[in-house]
Amino acid sequence: MSLTSVADFVPAEAARGRGGGGPAPTRIVVAYGFWIFLLSDFILFSGMFAAYAALSDKTAGGPTGRELFDLRNVFIETVCLLFSSYTAGLGALAGERRRVDQFYLSAVFTFVLGAAFLVIECSEFAGMVGRGAGPSRSAFLSAFFTLVGTHGAHVTSGLLWFAYMVAQVAVKGFRPHVLQRLLCFSLFWHALDIVWIGVLTLVYLIGAR
Amino acid sequence: MDGDDVYHLHDRTPGVRHEEPTADFWTYTAGLGLAILLTVASFVVAQTNLLWAPGIAMGLIVLAFAQIGVHLVFFLHMGSGPDHTNNILALAFGMLIVFLVIAGSVWIIANLNTNMMAMPMNTPR
Repeated sequence: MSLTSVADFVPAEAARGRGGGGPAPTRIVVAYGFWIFLLSDFILFSGMFAAYAALSDKTAGGPTGRELFDLRNVFIETVCLLFSSYTAGLGALAGERRRVDQFYLSAVFTFVLGAAFLVIECSEFAGMVGRGAGPSRSAFLSAFFTLVGTHGAHVTSGLLWFAYMVAQVAVKGFRPHVLQRLLCFSLFWHALDIVWIGVLTLVYLIGAR
Repeated sequence: MDGDDVYHLHDRTPGVRHEEPTADFWTYTAGLGLAILLTVASFVVAQTNLLWAPGIAMGLIVLAFAQIGVHLVFFLHMGSGPDHTNNILALAFGMLIVFLVIAGSVWIIANLNTNMMAMPMNTPR
């Protein structure tokens, strides 16, 4: 499409993305603000990734990642999070289309898969602490529990938030501001998946070699 | 121009879709398929000797970046259109900070490790 034909369709006051056309609609502002928050969350995680990268070989004579990590579990965790993210997206889609049944169905999958991830992670943590490989054992394990634990804490708060959102849909229905919050939740859930890709690669796949 | 069309004139935000509804489902599904493919590839690369051993870590990082790209495009619906300028700029700035924090820390700590004098580890206190 050439420039002149764009000008035909778009009024001058609606210039996009460059401050023209006055204030953007609320949903744009809200989602953009939430996007900025997510980016700041990535920066929070980057500090922990940096700490882990610097400390991953400081095992102080304790167990190494190679001895501790069970990649089969990690693969199941990854698949759980990935499918949870997928169903969360489908849920947001169902919300936009006002399909209540589809929304609840995908909500159940999102919640159960996210909870399954947490259960596997908690049992992994408990097993490690039980073997004397708790966060106080070595700098490597401190960094490991901080990074993976913070991600797990995000998933936990995400699940609580999601349960709250489903209750809002049940009580209030698909009102615009409820849909807006659902959109923010699905952004949050996808962003956690992105953080998990970093954890999976740096901590588990590279760390278990 | 009325109703929903108003939205098309304004900025877009991450996570908001404007395509046909049926295309949306397939966007997510295609993203899921690609993400699974890349995840399986990561595990295969990590656990076999398919790649030259010293290059495995780099290969895994490349696969991770590919997967992050898949998530951004298919799940967060980031695009390259003019209505995504703000989101992409914010993302670029965030990635810059993330890169500086991680690469800078690793670089500095590696330097300190190299230059640190041997410490007497077993001195009685």
